[in-house]
Amino acid sequence: MSAAPVPAGPQPGSETARRRGWGWLLLVPGMLWLAVFFLFPTVQLVFTSLYDPSGSYEQGYAMTWHVANYVDAVRDTWNLFARSFLYAGIATGVCLALGYPLAYAIAFKAGRWRNVMLVLVIAPFFTSFLLRTLSWRTILSDQGPVTSFLQTISVLPDDGRLLATPVAVIAGLIYNFMPFMTLPLYASLSKVDYRLIEAAGDLYSSPFTGFRKVTFPLSLPGVVSGTLLTFIPACGDYINAELLGTPKQYMVGNRIQAAFLTEHNYPLAASLSLILMALVVLMVVVYVRRAGTEELV
Amino acid sequence: MATDTRLPVAGRSRPRRSGRTRTPVGRWLADHLVLFIGILVLVYMFVPIGYIFALSFNQPSGRSATAEFESFTWSNWTSICEPEGLCDSLRLSVAVSLTATVLATVLGTLMAFALVRHSFRGRAASNLLIFLPMATPEVVMGSSLLAMFVSVGLDGALGFVTIVIAHVLFCLSFVVVTVKARLAGMDARLEQAAMDLYANEWQTFRLVTLPLAMPGIVAAALLAFSLSFDDFIVTNFTAGQSVTFPIFVYGSKLKDFPAQLFVVGSIMFLVSFVFVVAGELWRRRRSIGLG
Repeated sequence: MSAAPVPAGPQPGSETARRRGWGWLLLVPGMLWLAVFFLFPTVQLVFTSLYDPSGSYEQGYAMTWHVANYVDAVRDTWNLFARSFLYAGIATGVCLALGYPLAYAIAFKAGRWRNVMLVLVIAPFFTSFLLRTLSWRTILSDQGPVTSFLQTISVLPDDGRLLATPVAVIAGLIYNFMPFMTLPLYASLSKVDYRLIEAAGDLYSSPFTGFRKVTFPLSLPGVVSGTLLTFIPACGDYINAELLGTPKQYMVGNRIQAAFLTEHNYPLAASLSLILMALVVLMVVVYVRRAGTEELV
Repeated sequence: MATDTRLPVAGRSRPRRSGRTRTPVGRWLADHLVLFIGILVLVYMFVPIGYIFALSFNQPSGRSATAEFESFTWSNWTSICEPEGLCDSLRLSVAVSLTATVLATVLGTLMAFALVRHSFRGRAASNLLIFLPMATPEVVMGSSLLAMFVSVGLDGALGFVTIVIAHVLFCLSFVVVTVKARLAGMDARLEQAAMDLYANEWQTFRLVTLPLAMPGIVAAALLAFSLSFDDFIVTNFTAGQSVTFPIFVYGSKLKDFPAQLFVVGSIMFLVSFVFVVAGELWRRRRSIGLG
């Protein structure tokens, strides 16, 4: 791949550049933080999910290894899980379709405007996530410009709405997770040697074949990390469903949030959380295996 | 950077062969289509920002400011602290984010150094433990933290400390990943050269390694700050009665929505934009000066 002859000796980041010794001690404070505030609560969540659901937040719970909590949780909320994964999946797909041309344009077409465009990708996200979602609520509202435009061109019926529909919720997810897709894609594409793409053209491949056989495979690590960074938070999100949808569009995050903060039904909330986490990890593992990339981030 | 110098030249000079012949207009379109789509996507991303700016000058007739634009006024910009609790929530958010950023950046940078520069048993397990928080949906992270705080009897003491604990937790992995990427791209021979020139370990670190790693560390700190400042989901679980800015916004959507919130949103955008532009200009000037 690299044109210049590689001088002998340790390369940056390679195994040989690493030193043995006491350097691993630098890991200890951060790892302790992760162990105490991430691993321990997760293990504890497993126990919470097995408490007897007849207890309450005020009186405490009895530990009865009540595995039936999971059965109840799945029976009552399987449609919420299905909806969450459907919405998150569609949002991830559209983010990829929009983010790829954007990242490609920044990497190969922007020339001296590259850094400016890169800043513009992140800039909208300096403003509060809730404020942006609330302004989408205004934009998509029944009197808003988008709805009236779509009604004028008869895409929407005259009494049709955007707000409080799945479309609005998915649009919100797409908008809010866009940079998580664009930035890894850009990072990956900017490492692609443009000469390889030109070589494909020189060898009489059409631009599309060149893209399919050269550019896209080379950008695959970015596609994988971008889709993961979009899909994972989108699955657990509940703000878009709450602000742009109605209870009919609620996702599993809404249910977990309500069970924890409003109903104080900790065993149910804990089992829902763990099911969500297990499903997400399972999908990530299957996806990463199929995509065939080892580097996650 | 090698890529910076190569790509713009390569992108323009070579004619592309595509089998079919195209009219000049068609070729121009094909060449610029991607750029055009990219710019459209960018415009789409700025639509809500435009709304936030417009509504910050809105004088609502009712008490809630989320409705249509009614009449123009400067008064929202001069009375930011007027809605009760707004400025307190901003102060708390800034305090939380600064504390969490410093802690996460220090801990995460140390971890990144250990992972890139040192070999030891259990690297794979460490990498997994760093990756897992990023793969955990925020609701799950927030709820498990809350369950832990409640079970150790902290449910009365939820507030600044518990928010910071949670924020450091979700910022940490992003800091490690960002700094690691910078360190992995660094040339270890520069440090060997410093050692060859009789710098001791500490001098090498302070005069060579740290300045080279700095852009990564700064980027990680900025990322951590913005993640922390904007977080609602995890904060909502761990804040108890405390009100950070996102919680204030969320609470306001249920009752009256003061127009000053749009002013704060606009200011957040402007301040960070100025920061980024200044950083970019500084970087350019420096690279010109060096080159």
